[in-house]
Amino acid sequence: MTATKSSVIPGFGPTLGYTLFYLGLIVLIPLAALFFRAAGMGWEQFVQAAFAPRVLAAYRLSFGGALLAAMINVVAGLLVAWVLVRYDFPGRKFFDAIVDLPFALPTAVAGIALTAIYAPNGWVGQFLKPLGIKVAFTPLGVVVAMVFIGLPFVVRTVQPVLQDLEVEHEEVAVSLGAGRWQIFRMIILPAVFPALVTGFALAFARALGEYGSVIFIAGNMPGVSEIAPLLIVTKLEQYDYAGATAIAVVMLVASFILLLVINTLQKWHSNRLGAV
Amino acid sequence: MRIKNTISLFAWIALSGLAVSPARADTTLLNVSYDPTRELYQEVNQAFAKEWKAKTGESLKINQSHGGSGAQARSVIDGLEADVVTLGLSYDIDAIAEKTGLLSSDWANRLPYNSTPYTSDVVFLVRKGNPKHLKDWDDLTKPGVEVITSNPKTSAGGRWAYVGAWGYALHHYNNDEAKAKEYLAALFKNVPVLDSGARGSTTTFVQRGIGDVLLAWENEAILAEAQLGKNQFDIVIPSISVLAEPPVAVVDKVVDKRGTRAVSEAYLKFLYSPEGQEIVARNHYRPRDPDVAKRHAKDFPEVQLFSVQSLGGWQALHKAHFQDGGIFDSITGVAKK
Amino acid sequence: MAIAVEISAARRRSRAVSETLWVKGLLTALGVAILGLFLLLPLATVFGEAFSKGADAYFAALVDDDALAAIRLTLLVAVIAVPLNVVFGAVASWCIAKFDFRAKSLLITLIDIPFSVSPVISGLIYVLLFGLQGWFGPWLRDHDIKLIFAVPGIVLATVFVTFPFVARELIPLMESQGTEEEEAAVVLGASGWRIFWTVTVPNIKWGLLYGVLLCNARAMGEFGAVSVVSGHVRGVTNTMPLHVEILYNEYNYMAAFAVASLLALLALVTLAAKALLVWRFSREIAADARQ
Repeated sequence: MTATKSSVIPGFGPTLGYTLFYLGLIVLIPLAALFFRAAGMGWEQFVQAAFAPRVLAAYRLSFGGALLAAMINVVAGLLVAWVLVRYDFPGRKFFDAIVDLPFALPTAVAGIALTAIYAPNGWVGQFLKPLGIKVAFTPLGVVVAMVFIGLPFVVRTVQPVLQDLEVEHEEVAVSLGAGRWQIFRMIILPAVFPALVTGFALAFARALGEYGSVIFIAGNMPGVSEIAPLLIVTKLEQYDYAGATAIAVVMLVASFILLLVINTLQKWHSNRLGAV
Repeated sequence: MRIKNTISLFAWIALSGLAVSPARADTTLLNVSYDPTRELYQEVNQAFAKEWKAKTGESLKINQSHGGSGAQARSVIDGLEADVVTLGLSYDIDAIAEKTGLLSSDWANRLPYNSTPYTSDVVFLVRKGNPKHLKDWDDLTKPGVEVITSNPKTSAGGRWAYVGAWGYALHHYNNDEAKAKEYLAALFKNVPVLDSGARGSTTTFVQRGIGDVLLAWENEAILAEAQLGKNQFDIVIPSISVLAEPPVAVVDKVVDKRGTRAVSEAYLKFLYSPEGQEIVARNHYRPRDPDVAKRHAKDFPEVQLFSVQSLGGWQALHKAHFQDGGIFDSITGVAKK
Repeated sequence: MAIAVEISAARRRSRAVSETLWVKGLLTALGVAILGLFLLLPLATVFGEAFSKGADAYFAALVDDDALAAIRLTLLVAVIAVPLNVVFGAVASWCIAKFDFRAKSLLITLIDIPFSVSPVISGLIYVLLFGLQGWFGPWLRDHDIKLIFAVPGIVLATVFVTFPFVARELIPLMESQGTEEEEAAVVLGASGWRIFWTVTVPNIKWGLLYGVLLCNARAMGEFGAVSVVSGHVRGVTNTMPLHVEILYNEYNYMAAFAVASLLALLALVTLAAKALLVWRFSREIAADARQ
């Protein structure tokens, strides 16, 4: 690789070299090991291990749960970002700060705490129980944990866009007689849409691979509330390295594709930002 | 930055050194065990270290690692240097022998009772007063009963419970395997949460208040009752149960490399000694020693037990039930619908 | 997520275009309810359970030998892993932000991989490489080098999991700042090394600091990946999150939450430090961002 734009700034070679070296050492070579392992097992065996009915059910839960959680996060995250940017209320700074909590709180701790809250005898669970709603140990619990870890991604991608939104557009719209809802739909939503999509994709990608917080609150029933990362661990514990590797490869390819999409989206998002 | 790099490099090297250098004690042993033996080995380790010090003058530190039996065996297979393994079922030690050759496949013949110094069996832990009147295995399949157990593919406790149910069903239906399968399918239909380890199941049942009955090792049930809530639970002993025999073994290649064979062997033999057996009984495992058993007879009610050998042994059971596409997969597939 | 974007928080809220009071109230209530239910409540649970048996029991649980060993190990791991990733983050973002080259977005995507890979897979890959059944396992054993189930393995898994944190924070920041200042410095004859320290670092220091804080919090709190490679030897290879799990599995819930509360406290300190940075240096950061 060479710099396509000639630059007077020194250090391209060494920095690129170090970046690639470290990236290769820590990330690429170990990941390559995974693919070689999978390649060693032959196509039929791979398909058998990676797409068995129980595994398919786990993908369904992981992908479906992550999708649902990301959608919930889009709505909840937009609302939270909106409130934090637009309104002044006591404790706003505090609430703004704790949005990042799921980034920093260890996932196992989050999992145990969420389980304690949403179990039928927990703080929230006891009020849901009479309503017939079970959260902990059901697929719903998986979604709750995924919402928890994904929320900051949407808030933090939407927030800056909302902040930089030119009020003038809205003022013009008001002077033209537009209502608030109309303004939201016609001006604000289109402006934050790229950020929302990026936030959605980030929350989705994170939720897909989540392990620590989910296993405590999921019921872990095969075919019902068993997530794909747990299945990898389960396979390992049965000394089924090939099976674990096959599922890991599928998950890895999925997250790589997701990342490519996210980075493309982010480019689009920043282009849009530049245009506004 | 180059300086920083160098520093981290040094730290790295220092650390790698640290990791292989021996700890403060003269000798350290690593006992890789499964989940429900924490309290047992805490006491055993203290007693044995004291005895070893008195006998040889060597101070001994025994490190413990606990987790699901399968996960622990997997760690040893991947290179965790255990001097001794004390796992939940012999299948897991067989797997270590077979996959790594760290110990020979006849490991079970080296110590009395097939290298199983203590036993247990599967009982029911129910809520106080047994509100659902669960007396025996066939009560567990009634509609509306919630059964808590752990995943038999990964958890030794779950596997013993599963085998207990299977053995009961075979016994009950005169060895009609189809009927026994139906029984198991009905049983697992009543399982709302399947934790990956036995300890997780106990937490789910006791702490989270889920389920009407926990299928547990007798030692776990007694411990849970004692530690987590006197007068909140009752233990129900079914008409027939499985004789659970958790095995122990010295990992040959590790002890030979580390020069810890003598102390490791003495450690496991200590489990069979009167003192060791007394500790075993105190921790709610059934002792092998007849004298100790007699002394603790009131703690361990008579149960009609069948052995895993009578069902064909672990290898055959594993093949039929727990392999991918085996009976367990098919019944949980049914349970899904 | 970059720190620079948050400074204009209260800057430009116009009263002319706003919702009626009750809509405002309702939306605020909803937003606060979401944050309270999903974020505040778990946090409160951790501290509530940790102090459920009083402060004495709480501190007793923290000075337990195994808990102290876990805390020490966690600090050690973070002290090694974080600087490695800071160096990488600075180098990689310099390379990506200051130069144009082909396959740049592929490179960014590759750097991002550890962020979206399941932590379980992160542990698995090192087991496949260095485990006894893996490629280098037998060789490592013959040379008596322990990676997996020892501190180096835990460090490796942690480095992997926190790999992109600093870089992700710095790349957009440095890209937004452009290259003019560095180019000017080149014209004035400064060496690359000097430009980095005297021109670039002052411009990115806040983003860098926040990246370090996040990286550190994640390094100390990682569970899934470390769990696969640790071996769970009590007092030897248990990090704090693993020790939480162990205590939890010993039915010692109070102690589990006590250790967990330390990790939660760490999270809070991280967030507070970030809020403090934004508050204390908002003007300076705003100036940086505008350049």
